[in-house]
Amino acid sequence: MTGHLNAADLAWMMTSTALVLLMTPALGLFYGGMAGSKHILNTMLMSFATLGFTLVTWALVGYSLAFSPGGALVGDLRWALLRGVDLAAGQPLGPTISHVVYMAFQATFAVITTALVSGGVVGRMRFRAYLAFITLWVVGVYAPIAHWVWGGGWLGRLGALDFAGGTVVHVNAGVAAMVAALVVGNRKDYGRQAFLPGNLPFVLLGAALLWFGWFGFNGGSAVASTASAALAFVNTFLAPGAALVAWALLDLARIGKVTAMGVASAIVVGLVVITPASGFVPPVWALVMGALGALPSYVAMQWRARTPIDESLDVFAGHAVGGATGAVLTGVFAVKAWNGVQSGLVAGNPQQVAIQILAVLGAAAYSAVGTLVLLKAIGAITPLRASDHEQALGMDSTQHGEEPYTAGEGAVLVLPEVSAEPALQPAGADA
Amino acid sequence: MKLIVAIVRPDRVNDVLEALYRAQVRGLSLSRVQGHGGELERVETYRGTTVKVELTEKVRFEIGVSDHFVAPTVRAIMEAARTGEVGDGKIFVLPVDKVYRIRTGEEDTAAVTPVSR
Repeated sequence: MTGHLNAADLAWMMTSTALVLLMTPALGLFYGGMAGSKHILNTMLMSFATLGFTLVTWALVGYSLAFSPGGALVGDLRWALLRGVDLAAGQPLGPTISHVVYMAFQATFAVITTALVSGGVVGRMRFRAYLAFITLWVVGVYAPIAHWVWGGGWLGRLGALDFAGGTVVHVNAGVAAMVAALVVGNRKDYGRQAFLPGNLPFVLLGAALLWFGWFGFNGGSAVASTASAALAFVNTFLAPGAALVAWALLDLARIGKVTAMGVASAIVVGLVVITPASGFVPPVWALVMGALGALPSYVAMQWRARTPIDESLDVFAGHAVGGATGAVLTGVFAVKAWNGVQSGLVAGNPQQVAIQILAVLGAAAYSAVGTLVLLKAIGAITPLRASDHEQALGMDSTQHGEEPYTAGEGAVLVLPEVSAEPALQPAGADA
Repeated sequence: MKLIVAIVRPDRVNDVLEALYRAQVRGLSLSRVQGHGGELERVETYRGTTVKVELTEKVRFEIGVSDHFVAPTVRAIMEAARTGEVGDGKIFVLPVDKVYRIRTGEEDTAAVTPVSR
């Protein structure tokens, strides 16, 4: 690999980094709108907090563990504290862009993946326990799986295809959310009381901004401004559109109406499904993948709501099921003439499907165990779950001491301790 | 006839409705109100502004009942709305001069007896 900076590549990768960064606040809107109206700030902050807590540990150690050569399971600490992460090009994973930009681009993935997990535990997880979780999960769980697939680890060496993170991001986050929901426990009164979305316009706005940001997520995963990026970019248009049509038809057949929750969910599931395939499949197969890929997540969401499991915002059904579907279908629809890397089942390489399934199972197993151990460890130090009373008052009020829409009625100003300063004179008092 | 006015916590409303249903109390109205009854105020901070929020969201039930329904109604609300913490609310039982059912013109006890179908 040559180490020459390419201006087009660098420009596209900085743009992509900004696009993917936007996805985390977008997820805050998407999740915040789905949470109840007394938990909307808490839910949005669960996403926003990863932009600090997760980002910092990623820069300090996560990046090095994920992307430095190291071994088959995890990288080493050569780039810890960002030592050696400089402006030069020439790193094998991003040969034509500055190393710092590659680190930043990957940071946005680590951040959004961690934020995705919060959808499993909205409305009841204590915020300080959550902060500990997002600070450590990205190092303990996300970084090794990213290394396995992208950083030179065993799944990448096996030939698993994951263009932008179907396995690393979505299967991983979906499984972690399910485990977190089970460990933290159900919301008070789950199963007795309906939990309805508090702000559906926010859900639609969040889905729209996620789609916008996802052009950087998939297009940027080419790590260059190339035809591969163009393919990923266009497939990011097509698959969610097809998923939207499929989901709307399913909603029409089941309840006779197209729903806002359905349209928003379809867009996100379509994006999840195409993520691993985006730079590997021809556009027409992207349409097919979007439509086909919607079905398992649709069924999984119907199923989950009938179980006693309060995996509140269906991260498992949307992201683990959608990500696994996308990963397997990548092994079906990949065409070497389009991607220059590898073909799948339809182009005569059925073995790829088996490799894809192995990658999904490997990532899911590690994510489940890692998340369980981490939450048990945090839970041994500080309670994970807010009391029933705190949940009833609302997580906005009890965790943050704020309300999203303040009326001001009954709010009495607390003045600072009386100081020696004289009161301000009204203007013109000297006259 | 009496008018029962109960102020309860919003998060106990579903339990109160369920208890009233079990006690066969059918006709009721409810509204969201702001109130203060001695619970500790919450403190909220917005940048440099700190406030004590002295009014808490409550739900007000209004239920017109015939005399022999007063005790079961009060008991149902009392049991369902109680958490044991300050702020569980109050139940007021008020005398009623006259009740009319608008649809039929029925009066008094007939007007607060649920329609049987």
